[in-house]
Amino acid sequence: MNKGSLLAALLAVATVALVVIGTVWPVPSAVAYAGSESALHSSTPESAVENLGDEIRMQAWHKAYESLANKAQFTEANFVHDLTGYYPSLRTYATLNNFEVAPLHASASEAVVQLKLYWSTVVGTTMNTRDLHVVKNGDRWEAEWPIAKEPVVPPQVVPVNYLRWDVIYRGPEDDWGAQDAEAPHVRIVDMRPVERADGVVILGELLNEDVVPAYVSVSATLQSKSQSPIATEGSFDKMSHLLLPKQVTPFLIKFPDVSLADVGSVRMTPFSTLVPASADPVIEIDNEHLNPAPGASLTGQLINQSGQVVNVAHVFATFYNKTGQVEWVADQYVDRALLPQISVPFDVHIPEDIARKVSSDRVIVASYSFGGAR
Amino acid sequence: MKPRFALPLVGLALSAMHPAFAQNGNLNLPKTVAAGDAFSIHSTGSGQATLFIIGPDQVLKRTVQLGETTYFTAGALYNAGHYLALLATASSTDSGVFDVVSQSKPADLSFLAKPSRLQVGLHGGITGAVYVFDAYHNLITVPTPIHFELSNPSGNVQTRTVVAHDGAAWTEMDSTPQQGVDKFVARADEVSSTRVVAQVPGDPCSLRMSARRSGQQLQLETDPVRDCSGNAVPDGTIVTFTETYNSDQSTVDVPLKRGIAKVEMPAHDGATISVASGVVLGNQIHLEK
Repeated sequence: MNKGSLLAALLAVATVALVVIGTVWPVPSAVAYAGSESALHSSTPESAVENLGDEIRMQAWHKAYESLANKAQFTEANFVHDLTGYYPSLRTYATLNNFEVAPLHASASEAVVQLKLYWSTVVGTTMNTRDLHVVKNGDRWEAEWPIAKEPVVPPQVVPVNYLRWDVIYRGPEDDWGAQDAEAPHVRIVDMRPVERADGVVILGELLNEDVVPAYVSVSATLQSKSQSPIATEGSFDKMSHLLLPKQVTPFLIKFPDVSLADVGSVRMTPFSTLVPASADPVIEIDNEHLNPAPGASLTGQLINQSGQVVNVAHVFATFYNKTGQVEWVADQYVDRALLPQISVPFDVHIPEDIARKVSSDRVIVASYSFGGAR
Repeated sequence: MKPRFALPLVGLALSAMHPAFAQNGNLNLPKTVAAGDAFSIHSTGSGQATLFIIGPDQVLKRTVQLGETTYFTAGALYNAGHYLALLATASSTDSGVFDVVSQSKPADLSFLAKPSRLQVGLHGGITGAVYVFDAYHNLITVPTPIHFELSNPSGNVQTRTVVAHDGAAWTEMDSTPQQGVDKFVARADEVSSTRVVAQVPGDPCSLRMSARRSGQQLQLETDPVRDCSGNAVPDGTIVTFTETYNSDQSTVDVPLKRGIAKVEMPAHDGATISVASGVVLGNQIHLEK
């Protein structure tokens, strides 16, 4: 037998051996992904919550629901809607990427375990935290799901003086010299470059000073001291792209791996164009509160004052120092739909070194409704 | 035209542009022809020949009897420019040049009015530029008076008369203190072109709100919002209400509807409520504890 044949035979034997070992003594995560019984026997409060997390990640809703100690208090549909949303939202199309389990309290018959759920959405990862009460049932631990039932809005008619702009653009057949509708006039009212650990950040605010709605974006070009361009970046989703007349949006543009010491000047390029838009819905930002470090954040509630469901809300917070200069811009997508008149919390993280300099803030909300312009 | 004739003809055309071959006595050409007008070319000699007329974007070919006059009907040549005439017989080629010029009567105006929308009360804020063309879309380069007129619905009219040189004329107009959709007309003889210029209100002036308690809620409402010339600020303009209480704050961006902005916010004793629109600040209201 030559060396090649011997190697092939050895590889075949090793493969068969590994398959047998993996089948007879599978690792817990493999068992979970295979959809078999719970990966870990729920012999501890943490393992009970970990099993529940695995089942949510696999979207094995029925199995997850059946494992709950308090399932008699709500239906399986309630449980699924609590996780995926009652109305279409970012969460509807999200999958659970991973989760973390942390025991908070334990006794012989009950425990409290924190479950942090990291959801992968189309706009990035969002995190939810649930504190689960876990009870011992015989030799097993079972988690109680803290169901958050969606508030029910009483049936009613909400009168809306619907305000909307439509645009007739110049047609392809128009003669040369025929007039087009003017692009909205926008103005950068504040701009500031800031050095951060991961590069340079351009912060600022853009005002729509026109009487028509504008689709806006901002790009910036960093130039060296010899006026040669270093890099050009846009604000992407770090600004509200639809501005109604006299509305102001903050913007944040990141230049990774650039040092402010190398920058001689910054060239800002605001862009605007006419778009059809609606003035509704109006969203109230209530109880805005600046929470100091550690864990600095801006918290508050969004209240949809209109009668239509807002499927995705994007919160932008501008933080100012004592002199009124923009100190930082942060944002957060709310992964739950905003129902009329129902408050939904938001929590915008603030870097700790910046939180100490913040004196005031301003919040705006960009909203998107399925089937609507906003 | 057959391809095998094309190259010699192009060569002939190029050689004819040299001053040494500028004109041949066998061809009697007009010096200029107005675009679209009828014209004739007389030739001398005897026998048959082929007459080519080559110009910008246009080539004519006729079989002619030497010694006779060849007539071209109206509209035969319509592009203004420099033309080359070639008279080819079996043994020789004669050539000459002539110009087709634009008609002097304007038939079309290209009118660029900027901007299509601007604030009221701006001096020289509106510009209008006109290019004058004849019926065949040739630029009319002879001096042509252009009459500009900007009129708004309140009856205010501004007029200017500018003579177009080399086919172009331009002017500036002021936007009026009153908002409205203005008609901007450029006229040359009986031809006119109209553009619409919207004069819109400026920033809100003396923004003012009032508050009324309704249980646990506070009903906030602005007075009709106007600019400093008294024009109503258009609906949809965002007005921001901010309520500050203890160390918390509530904010609502409300669009103007029917000239006013109104909203309900929680009533917190000791709160201070402010109103703003864009960079314009309004009054403040302080709720007693």
